[in-house]
Amino acid sequence: MLRFIIRRVLGFIPVLLAVIIVTFFLARIIPGGPFDFIGDKSLPPSVVKNLEAKYHLDWPAWKQFISYMVGDEWKIGSFTVFDLDPNAPAHSYGVLRGDLGPSFRYRGQTVNDIIGRTFPLSAQLGVMAIILGLVIGIPAGIISALKQNSWLDYTATFVAVLGVSIPSLVMAPLLIWIFSIELGWFPAATWGAKPPYIQNMFLTPGFDWGNYFIHAAMPVFALGTGLSATFARLMRASLLQVIREDYIRTARAKGLHERVVIYRHALKNGLIPVVTVIGPMFAGLITGTLVIEQIFGLNGMGKHFVQSITNRDYAVVLGTILVYTIILVFSNLLVDLAYGWLDPRIRLDA
Amino acid sequence: MSSNNPEILVEVKDLKMYFPITQGIVIQKHVGDIKAVDGITFNIHRGETLGLVGESGCGKSTTGRAILQLYTPTGGEVHFEGQDIVKMKGENLRKMRRRMQMIFQDPYASLNPRMTVGNIIAEPLEVHNILKRSERRDRVKELLEVVGLNPYFINRYPHEFSGGQRQRIGVARALALNPDFIVADEPISALDVSIQAQVINLLEDLQEQFGLTYLFIAHDLSVVRHISDRIAVMYLGKLVELADRFTLYDNPLHPYTQALLSAVPIPDPVIEEKRQRIILEGDVPSPANPPNGCNFCTRCPKVFEPCYEQEPEFKEVEPGHWVACHLY
Amino acid sequence: MAVAELPAHTQLARKPRSLMSDSINRLRKNKLAVGSIVVLILIMVAAVFAPYITTGDFAKQDLMANNAIPHWMLFLMPKGAENYVRFSDKFIIGADDLGRDLWTRTVYGARISLAVAIVASTVSLLVGTVYGLISGYVGGKVDTIMMRIVDFLYGFPFLIVVILLQTYFKAVARRGVGGGFGQAMVSINESMGGMFFLFIAIGLVNWIGMARIARGQVLSIRRKEFVEAAKAVGAPDIRIIFRHILPNIVGPLIVVETLAIPGYIFLEAFLSFIGLGVDAPTPSWGIMISEAAPGIRTYPNQLLPPALALTITTLAFNFMGDGLRDAFDPRLKE
Ligand SMILES: Nc1ncnc2c1ncn2[C@@H]1O[C@H](COP(=O)(O)OP(=O)(O)OP(=O)(O)O)[C@@H](O)[C@H]1O
Ligand code: SF4
Ligand SMILES: [Mg+2]
Repeated sequence: MLRFIIRRVLGFIPVLLAVIIVTFFLARIIPGGPFDFIGDKSLPPSVVKNLEAKYHLDWPAWKQFISYMVGDEWKIGSFTVFDLDPNAPAHSYGVLRGDLGPSFRYRGQTVNDIIGRTFPLSAQLGVMAIILGLVIGIPAGIISALKQNSWLDYTATFVAVLGVSIPSLVMAPLLIWIFSIELGWFPAATWGAKPPYIQNMFLTPGFDWGNYFIHAAMPVFALGTGLSATFARLMRASLLQVIREDYIRTARAKGLHERVVIYRHALKNGLIPVVTVIGPMFAGLITGTLVIEQIFGLNGMGKHFVQSITNRDYAVVLGTILVYTIILVFSNLLVDLAYGWLDPRIRLDA
Repeated sequence: MSSNNPEILVEVKDLKMYFPITQGIVIQKHVGDIKAVDGITFNIHRGETLGLVGESGCGKSTTGRAILQLYTPTGGEVHFEGQDIVKMKGENLRKMRRRMQMIFQDPYASLNPRMTVGNIIAEPLEVHNILKRSERRDRVKELLEVVGLNPYFINRYPHEFSGGQRQRIGVARALALNPDFIVADEPISALDVSIQAQVINLLEDLQEQFGLTYLFIAHDLSVVRHISDRIAVMYLGKLVELADRFTLYDNPLHPYTQALLSAVPIPDPVIEEKRQRIILEGDVPSPANPPNGCNFCTRCPKVFEPCYEQEPEFKEVEPGHWVACHLY
Repeated sequence: MAVAELPAHTQLARKPRSLMSDSINRLRKNKLAVGSIVVLILIMVAAVFAPYITTGDFAKQDLMANNAIPHWMLFLMPKGAENYVRFSDKFIIGADDLGRDLWTRTVYGARISLAVAIVASTVSLLVGTVYGLISGYVGGKVDTIMMRIVDFLYGFPFLIVVILLQTYFKAVARRGVGGGFGQAMVSINESMGGMFFLFIAIGLVNWIGMARIARGQVLSIRRKEFVEAAKAVGAPDIRIIFRHILPNIVGPLIVVETLAIPGYIFLEAFLSFIGLGVDAPTPSWGIMISEAAPGIRTYPNQLLPPALALTITTLAFNFMGDGLRDAFDPRLKE
């Protein structure tokens, strides 16, 4: 087990490396630089030159890459291991040392600062949406399967198809329109902006959780409905298949109470396909947070990511992509572990 | 049965079929072999039916497929009318395939569900470009009739037929090229008992009508007794005994054959009364890791010293009676 | 020789039923699926004949009529809207903030969504099937290597790759590139309103899942005895692939691909939404939503047409996909 995890984590290294290399060089070959425009105005060439020199954008690509990976200098005490730019103080320590470098656009801010500031909101949004999806979707799928072909099943199935068919792109503004504008029940664009803050909630005595959830409700709901519909559909289909399989019949024949049968055998096996889609779903979740943050005007990592693409702030783009990739590969690992637990036929260390 | 000097149609010499076991993700290491067929030697005479019996997993199907070159054998030779077909490639092998065909175990998996019965039976003719398009249809109808199906069914799909009928379609396909030799791989074990006799009778009729030679595979002795001239017994990838059917039933030499036979009910109530079952203990070892010495030594009731060290040779102990056991 | 006894269901008079015709019959009985197919056909017809059922000019701005609505739409508007909206019955469902006709833009938007649906699914189906077919049929080392590649790519955050690719394509399109080939691509892209690169980006990444599924299907069919029977007869590989394997796997593959179409439509809408989709002023539902979203407090009506169109289209694809799956893979449904 531990060996499996270690092997898998080691396997992440080439993936992460490939992602860094591909995005780094793709970003470099995209015509146009980060300082071509500020807003709609183009800067004088001399200013652009100075700025580019400041961020080493005038270096050849390989040198930039090395500097991005390991930093532009490394000193141990007074001993210099290497220094790519002896005339200037270090401006980055490199990805390998946990430094994603300075932002090109936000003067004085590092990519680490920006991600540290914006990631918590995105993470909370994503996690709460997945929890909401599971809490609604799994029971709905189970009920649907157990009461197959009842009106309950038909309704749930129909609602679920509706749920997977409404993109968050539509869901989000729709929710704002109905619940914020027409009904005025929930605020639309204030989560994380004003109190309630999204950091240190657990450390703040007397934190106003009610208020927190009121602010979080609509974004989470907009993202979570699609997920719950997907979970419900999958759960129903796989449970139906499992129920029809032999060993369930055998378990019944042994005289176990029907409920026990369902929980013990069917549920565990029925969850397998659900677990397999959670991996790819994380990718969808990331798209989801991008959309939701954009529409709800939330100051999350996704919104920054999109903005940075438009701004050509490659340092931020690269850093964000790296964070996304790490989330993805680790969620895939979790999925595999859950998979092995649910389906003992799959031996992880084989 | 056969005359003293029967003509040999198929000659199998030291045939081996190993399936490699590999491990490793990027670089596949070869860590071992499943020795599904491990050096078997025998002849099949023209016009006879050779029964091949053995427990499930002992390598019977693999033997049949390796003979027909559906697998590329790991080693050994298969001579068909004196020519080694293992060495044949491309067009020569394709031509040779016209002479030898196979009937499959599972009548549900052996017919393409997306093709009509007519197209299934005509496929061999199309592949070898035999007959004109219009004539093929007549030939297919004729074949349907030969196997006892109504030619009217030519446009039907396999799922519209019962198991026995499907097996007849499979037989018709095998006959389409007028082969000399047919490997029948447990052609009746998937069928209802009531239909089994019909299919066996059909195969016997066809043999007589077209002078066919059969390698008839089965997993128990009671089925092959009826149809075979000679019977070969297989255990864990090797032949343990081969004799004509009377000798094999009356005077089985190999302890494994004796055990198998002791499980077959005898129609005569007096003898049946005295029949003593030899119950074999233990499981069949894995073909990936067969025991040293005699393959049967882990379960043999008569096992003795040399069995653990030396592999018994498959030798002819009486004329036409071959056995692989240190007792003889 | 006696003709074998026939089971009762094999009466001579009955017409032969292929698996295909059985499936189509099952599909016909599924009202939702049939309805969805009809809806999709209607949308397709509308997209094709867009010039005849709209003003024909999705880019024309009428600055005197920006944000205008026809009188009948007033009930949709927030309270007090009659005080600030501009009325103009010239527009069936109103105009956007540049005074462009929403109906025209919505109908033309269908062209983009459907084109993405068709092209992306075809590309992914073709590439994925061919890849999976080769990998699964050839087997051995080739299979191992091909699947390692796919596994590796599968762990990739593809959305991000698409975003980067689109950023690159857009920048190239804006600034031009040196080579003649690149220039040719850019002009193709321009003539398609920016769709060409979008197709490439979406197509490039979506075949991977398909390749896996196709390989799995090939492996399961390749083991079937009818394939061995064909080999025993001497059928060449090409024939085995086209007569025996493909016909038995295309059904499930098409079903899976159909169910993936809403994803492609979402992706296009999303990319357009963040400005990485088709080029303005080509109307895409994603762009329209992003244009309407900021003004939702005052002009929610502008959100409705693209939102509804997007939802109805994906809904129809989903119902059709479910129907196809139930019809062609009845194991999943009693
Ligand atoms: N393609 C293959 N790859 C790997 N192993 C195989 C393959 N085909 C057969 N084997 C193995 O070879 C052994 C012999 O198989 P084979 O199918 O020949 O047995 P059999 O005697 O025909 O059994 P049955 O009566 O069940 O049909 C088995 O252990 C089987 O698992
Ligand atoms: S050689 Fe020995 S173990 Fe093998 S069958 Fe003969 S007596 Fe038994
Ligand atoms: Mg077999």
